[in-house]
Amino acid sequence: MSDNLLEAIGVSKSFPGVKALSNVNLQLGRGEIHGLMGENGAGKSTLIKAITGVYPRDNGQILLDGVEIHPTSPLDAEALGISTVFQEVNLLNNLSVAENLAIGRQPTKKTGTLDWKKMNEDARRILQKFEIDIDVTELLGNYSIAIQQMVAIARALELDSKLLILDEPTSSLNLDEVEKLFKQMRRLKEEGHSIIFVTHFLDQVFEITDKITVLRNGEYVGLFNTADMTKMDLVSKLMGKEIDELHEFEKLSKEQKHKEHQEVLLETEKLGKNGYMAPIDIDIAKGDIVGLGGLLGSGRTEIAKMLFGLVHTDNGGLKIKGIHSKIRSPKQALMNQLALCPEDRKEESIIPDLSVKENIILALQVKQGWFKPLSAKKKEEIAQKYIDLLNIKTPSSEQAIKNLSGGNQQKVIVARWLATNPNVLIVDEPTRGIDVGAKTEIQKLLLKLSGEGMGVLFISSEIEEVVRCSNKVYILQDRKVVNELHDDQINEQQIMHAIAAKGDS
Amino acid sequence: MISAAKLGFSRRNLPIIATMTVFVVLYMIGGMTFRGFLTNRVFFNLLTDNAVLGITAVGMTFVIFTGGIDLSVASVVSTTAMIVAVMTQAGVPNLFVIICAILFGTLLGLVMGFIIHYFDAPAFIVTLSGQFFARGFGYILSLDSVPIQYDFYQKASSFGIRIGNGKLTLPAIILLVVIALGIFISKKTKLGRNIYALGGNEQSALLMGLPVGKTKIIVYTMSGFCASLAGFVYTFYTLSGYGLAAIGLEMDAIASAVIGGTLMTGGYGTIFGTLIGTLIQGVIKTIISFHGELSAYWIKIFVGGMLLSFILLQRVFVAGSGKRD
Ligand SMILES: Nc1ncnc2c1ncn2[C@@H]1O[C@H](COP(=O)(O)OP(=O)(O)OP(=O)(O)O)[C@@H](O)[C@H]1O
Ligand SMILES: [Mg+2]
Repeated sequence: MSDNLLEAIGVSKSFPGVKALSNVNLQLGRGEIHGLMGENGAGKSTLIKAITGVYPRDNGQILLDGVEIHPTSPLDAEALGISTVFQEVNLLNNLSVAENLAIGRQPTKKTGTLDWKKMNEDARRILQKFEIDIDVTELLGNYSIAIQQMVAIARALELDSKLLILDEPTSSLNLDEVEKLFKQMRRLKEEGHSIIFVTHFLDQVFEITDKITVLRNGEYVGLFNTADMTKMDLVSKLMGKEIDELHEFEKLSKEQKHKEHQEVLLETEKLGKNGYMAPIDIDIAKGDIVGLGGLLGSGRTEIAKMLFGLVHTDNGGLKIKGIHSKIRSPKQALMNQLALCPEDRKEESIIPDLSVKENIILALQVKQGWFKPLSAKKKEEIAQKYIDLLNIKTPSSEQAIKNLSGGNQQKVIVARWLATNPNVLIVDEPTRGIDVGAKTEIQKLLLKLSGEGMGVLFISSEIEEVVRCSNKVYILQDRKVVNELHDDQINEQQIMHAIAAKGDS
Repeated sequence: MISAAKLGFSRRNLPIIATMTVFVVLYMIGGMTFRGFLTNRVFFNLLTDNAVLGITAVGMTFVIFTGGIDLSVASVVSTTAMIVAVMTQAGVPNLFVIICAILFGTLLGLVMGFIIHYFDAPAFIVTLSGQFFARGFGYILSLDSVPIQYDFYQKASSFGIRIGNGKLTLPAIILLVVIALGIFISKKTKLGRNIYALGGNEQSALLMGLPVGKTKIIVYTMSGFCASLAGFVYTFYTLSGYGLAAIGLEMDAIASAVIGGTLMTGGYGTIFGTLIGTLIQGVIKTIISFHGELSAYWIKIFVGGMLLSFILLQRVFVAGSGKRD
């Protein structure tokens, strides 16, 4: 038996116009948690797909237990003892939670027919490990992305494979849930399993991994011992340059806060919907970045959907620039100079087969009306502007968006809504799956835009991010606004405290 | 959130509940308007008269579950009947005739499934060519109607179990067996669940390690088998084969599935719903024939209206299912 469980030697993979991997190595020991790091588009997911047989590799060797393997599908890889959670939550919304956990290896009765009762019991038991208590017979699609992500992880864990691969499993999870996941990962490690873990959260990498492999632009940068590295080391390895941008950033965010009273752009008056969201009174003024803090299911996304006309409210109303307005559809919201960058990019945002350019100008075109098409030149201009601004990694603006890496797709969606140049921009988890550098870029951009008078409603499960950007934070509990923090009150402790406080307000 | 969970559950069953309600209401309307409508006889006739459609629709429904479509079924029904007629006329032993007839559709389905999977070809086009092929093959066998003069078919066509004043005929029995098998496959077997998975999201199903290609091929084979079986049953009524028979049946089969609550995009629906969808079309036909003055074209108009309202209902159902944590 060789020392390493898995070894990739000189693996290359090209797509038309893109060299996604060139000569990449990976060495994974037994009982090791291995971080696979790199910026958006560095080739992490491609490497994982090469290992699991989603794509054939062009060159190089992949050895499992010292033996070269050539899986041709994830099913194949599973048979070899590799189970994977791919980057986008890839489960089946039309089936129940329990079935999603079991499908492919469902329990059967003696007669050979499916044993639904046992399947549901198993599902409850499996989710118990993650302290998730939900109705497992409900369709998966009716649950939030976070729950879906947990279910996907639980499914892969349950396979009990010698190698578990997790491609950005924590992108939609909050701290609590991440801890639950880490607990399970540590247990697996103790039992001798190996794990490849991809994330853009530096804290998480340092907390859980033993070793780190860094990729940059499809090339192998190196293999490092986590214990020997500092965060700054890692960031400079990732980006290929030393950075002091964080410093610059501190300055920028400080200037933003503390500003005098401004015109209110959007104001709700007891806006709510029975059984969905208790009546809320919030306002967003010119230049505001308003954060929403709260646990999963506390109603953050719900507020965004109500404001944008995606769900119909049944009480209260809202004012735009002091004028009572009705927003019954996203189109009306757009016309009222609102924009919403939604949480679920796969289901709600991207149009996979359209080009990056078309995806960027989509909302702007709707706003203009289809009878006044943007000229080809104008489209290209806008697309190019955002590709540069957000550093979107794509061979050209004509590339189909589905061929972009996850993080780069997210940037395209953010660009789509920025391009509409709204008065109020609602962003729901805008930096999900985005690398450190680009995350800073997006935050900087939001601060800049708010400096120019845009109002921003900022939803994120990363408290750090909320703290950095917002000058006002509403705290949510159980679909109610329970507290409001301003400027100096906004720090991590305060927010955590407010979120956890027993709701008696 | 127990209450919400319950709500979600009933919402999930909404389409089938709506379908059942429509069926019962239509049946009651028939019962109140016409004497002799609420009898065993009328009900069993409903099963008998719609057996060919129902059997075909079961196969079609499985295909639609996967997000596909099978346009070849009607021509397979007609050509299977033609094969039975021509071979019987030529004096081929009956057992062999039956095997050939059933194999015809099954193999055609298998081939279409292979092409759809391996060449990643659109099902619409592949099954459309399957339709032309089967129809053309039927015409080659004979342009005229070919009578079937063989004892077995005469007997099969008059066989039946008396229940009250009704008669459970052989086609009705076969229909019920196929429906029962369909329900069993869809609910109790891995194959059935893989079919739903495929329709939910093919890419996800693949990444979850499900046998996507195999399932796809099986589904078209199943549909071909059902169509051939339906074609065989068809001979019990007509006692002949005719190249122009069953024109447009594929559309009726799609209508059965959709009225029964199956989503054209795949992933949602039930086989039981398809039975009810078939019976609803049957009731409309029966009511119109009882009425006597309305022409048969009214059937299409009613079924069309029905289809439209069910599609609209499904829209509301899909739009209304909100996400929650
Ligand atoms: N199917 C495909 N066709 C064409 N190009 C592709 C395809 N899949 C990936 N790429 C390209 O390969 C490169 C690497 O993508 P990959 O998804 O591996 O990045 P990643 O490191 O996982 O990034 P992220 O952190 O954003 O998920 C990107 O430039 C991407 O555009
Ligand atoms: Mg990726």
